[in-house]
Amino acid sequence: MRISTSNYSLLNRLQLKFRKSEALRGYTLLSPTLMVVLLGLLFPLLILVTLSFWKQEYVDLIQTFTLTNYADFFRKKIYYLILYRSIRISLLVMLVTVLLAYPLAYFIAFHVKKNKIMWIILITIPFWTSYLLRVFSWKVILGYNGVINSGLMSLGVIGEPLEFLLYNPAAVVITLAHAWAAVAILPIYVSLEKIDRSLIEASRDLGESAVMTFIRVTLPLSLPGVIAASLLVFIPTVGDYVTPALVGGTRGIMIGNIIQSMFGKALNWPLGAALSIISMLTVTIVVCILLGATQLFRKKVA
Amino acid sequence: MMRTRSRLNSLSVYAVLYLMFLYAPVAVLPLFSFNDSQYITFPLLGFTLKWYAQLAESQGLQLALMNSIKVGLSVAFLSTVLGIFAAKAVTRYRMRRSGFLISFIMVPLVIPEIILGISLLMTFSIGGIKLSLVTVGIGHLMLCTPFSMLVLISRMEGFDKSYEEAAQDLGENAWWTFWRVTFPIILPGVVASFLLTFTISFDEFILAFFLAGTDATLPLHIWSQLRFPDKLPSVLALGAIIVVLSTVVIFAAELIRRGGVQLGNKSNV
Amino acid sequence: MATNQTCEFMSDVIISIKEVIKDFGKVRAVNNANLDVIKGEFFSLLGPSGCGKTTLLRMLAGFELPTEGTIEIDGQDVTLSPPNIRPVNMVFQNYAIFPHLNVSENIAFGMRKSGLSKTELTERIEQMLELIKLPGYGQRGAQELSGGQRQRVALARALIKQPKVLLLDEPLGALDKKLREQMQIELRLLQQQVGITFVFVTHDQEEALTLSDRIAVMDQGNIIEVSTPGLLYEQPKSQFVADFIGTMNFFDCSLNEYSDGVAIGKSGELGDVKVIAQQPAEAPGDKFTLAIRPEKFSISFDAPDQQYNFVKGRMGPSAYLGDRSHFYIHVEGRDNPISVALQNLSGVLDQIYTTDREVWLTWSDDAAVMLAMEE
Repeated sequence: MRISTSNYSLLNRLQLKFRKSEALRGYTLLSPTLMVVLLGLLFPLLILVTLSFWKQEYVDLIQTFTLTNYADFFRKKIYYLILYRSIRISLLVMLVTVLLAYPLAYFIAFHVKKNKIMWIILITIPFWTSYLLRVFSWKVILGYNGVINSGLMSLGVIGEPLEFLLYNPAAVVITLAHAWAAVAILPIYVSLEKIDRSLIEASRDLGESAVMTFIRVTLPLSLPGVIAASLLVFIPTVGDYVTPALVGGTRGIMIGNIIQSMFGKALNWPLGAALSIISMLTVTIVVCILLGATQLFRKKVA
Repeated sequence: MMRTRSRLNSLSVYAVLYLMFLYAPVAVLPLFSFNDSQYITFPLLGFTLKWYAQLAESQGLQLALMNSIKVGLSVAFLSTVLGIFAAKAVTRYRMRRSGFLISFIMVPLVIPEIILGISLLMTFSIGGIKLSLVTVGIGHLMLCTPFSMLVLISRMEGFDKSYEEAAQDLGENAWWTFWRVTFPIILPGVVASFLLTFTISFDEFILAFFLAGTDATLPLHIWSQLRFPDKLPSVLALGAIIVVLSTVVIFAAELIRRGGVQLGNKSNV
Repeated sequence: MATNQTCEFMSDVIISIKEVIKDFGKVRAVNNANLDVIKGEFFSLLGPSGCGKTTLLRMLAGFELPTEGTIEIDGQDVTLSPPNIRPVNMVFQNYAIFPHLNVSENIAFGMRKSGLSKTELTERIEQMLELIKLPGYGQRGAQELSGGQRQRVALARALIKQPKVLLLDEPLGALDKKLREQMQIELRLLQQQVGITFVFVTHDQEEALTLSDRIAVMDQGNIIEVSTPGLLYEQPKSQFVADFIGTMNFFDCSLNEYSDGVAIGKSGELGDVKVIAQQPAEAPGDKFTLAIRPEKFSISFDAPDQQYNFVKGRMGPSAYLGDRSHFYIHVEGRDNPISVALQNLSGVLDQIYTTDREVWLTWSDDAAVMLAMEE
């Protein structure tokens, strides 16, 4: 026997359908958030794609389809070189940040017994204090007349300021490794914390040394955290332009600075849009390669 | 035994060194903000509060601060409300493709901010929308909603839906069930989400850089000050204040989280 | 499969479930359920996990809506009513005591629209605290309560609403054995005291037998049998029920003769059997399954002097359970041993019934049950 709905009005029937379909109620509840993301993210990204096929002539946008901007990228070596450098610097930042973060996450997960939360808070405090000020602070620390140089000189260790500290890719790497430290530590810590301690004991029990246990049990099990950390550091740093602008000098310029200039001095929005899309695609390809490589690594170790 | 201990020690030493690396740039701010010198160099020349006094006199700073607070509070409120809606939907209703929709909302976490910034800039420009604090807020909302949703999903997942069912069973409709049961239980998550999103918005520079009109937010104001060497010490003073305030807020958030209602059903079943 | 228990006095029916089906996607959780619950009875839904008993209960409460069929409570069609307007209340499996409220506030939760004055409400709460034997606990926080206390508060919170039916979703599952047995007695007494119909979901057959006036046994979404505890145990109508409730030995038989309410049959394992006749086999040659409970057997060392209902066996392993002992007896031509339970009235039985000793098992005509043979 079917539920008889014939004696209900249309409104009642709609209400009933709504009550009976859990998914419908769920989607309704989710819809405000989805609408905001649709309008504030998806729509602008479509505009970005559209604009990348337009052309800028002086202050006017020419709204006809053209591939000029993409052709420009391949024609002018400078964009290609800077994108390559950005990816290289970001990969280096990722590597340095994750390598520095791993032992600390390991320390908190396995050696801190009480007050783990205090350690987490200690690590996140610098992260929540103005990004701009932290980058600026590194500029002050590493500068020609900066904290390190003046400190060492007043101690009499050096006579002349060291010039190699600031305005180079190394300064960018240090600053970014500092800026993204918390983002790298937290996922690694979480994945280490999740590991069942008896697995490690079992490995030791089965005769593996501490080092081999780490390589064959702990490291593979924490790999999801390491991957998350790597991506969370790599992806945003490719687009960063504040750090290179403040501490990178001309040798530290990254693709973010170029894109930003297209929306400022250079005033070429379509080219900026095209460069953004090329950068995003490149980042996606690099991420896929990274994920593929970790898959291979995982199979080998197991 | 000896080897374990030495390994522990070297790890502890590493941890302390790492913390020093983390805190060095933060420590520079208050240290030189009290130094009686234009230049941020050693040796220190004596104690002064004049950089703080200079801050108090700066009209631009006060305007920027007010702007940042306005944007921050609005964004925190809106993203937390959106986060509550989304978290409730995905944790309480069986839906197909909810995983896909969640990752869609999370996208702003994994695209470079500069790309979000220029996309929105172009959209506003084409749509003829004048850049203002509102457009900055919209940008921040995109960035903050995923965080808010993550915090609230984990809080919602932590408590069984039978509490809400019990309220309905005892005669309350959806509206009263939310205010009498759901909201009090997720309150620590709501507070955490509010503080987190406020902090993100308050500190955000890249989106604001592209999306702000003539009204500067605090990070934009700081950025403009960095070009003038004589303004640097007061920037340090400002930084020192922000460090202290954020620390207080973070500890407050943690205390609230701990003081929140312990969810009893876990310990029991 | 479904059994519709029609009732002589329709006015006494408080819940009427008619042809209810519930699908979750492609999975059918409840399949064509027909059931009447009578006013004032303690009714249990019993079955293994995943049998659909909780889904059926949640449909009574209004948390799930039936895919098809109707549900009436006290003569009103509530099939599609939301939970908050149904005249039923529920005790949840984890009790769902609101963690941000104290005991009094929890009990008073459902009374917002009751129209009672503050003093009246306070009085009612005090009465409820008396009823659940927790006087003076009103200001305790939800976190300070033990499992048993939580359960009582959950009961009070539901009963203060004076529901027409109280629904209980495995409320004793989280308690340890001793406390569970104590709460069973209290629950039964409480039900008699307040006179409200209880619908109780459990997977524990002993619990269901102890508490219920009637039990519906469910399996894979179907209601297999609805009956009283005694009849379910003594005269189950299917192998599933016989096996699920208590322990049962099954034997394949074929019918020889059926007359005067007595069936005589033959079993490859037991030889000739005689049993009070029941439904499944009528014509000579019909196959049926004979089911005998472990405690219905007697053991002796001498060949019995009777024509039917005996078998020769060899003592296998035994298990001492305190008040009784279980013996496993190997019979020629049967793979698994027959399970026999004897009360430990005197002495230590396993010293007498030593392993490998040859014994005879006997049982009476009315000890066995005839069941339809299943594949």
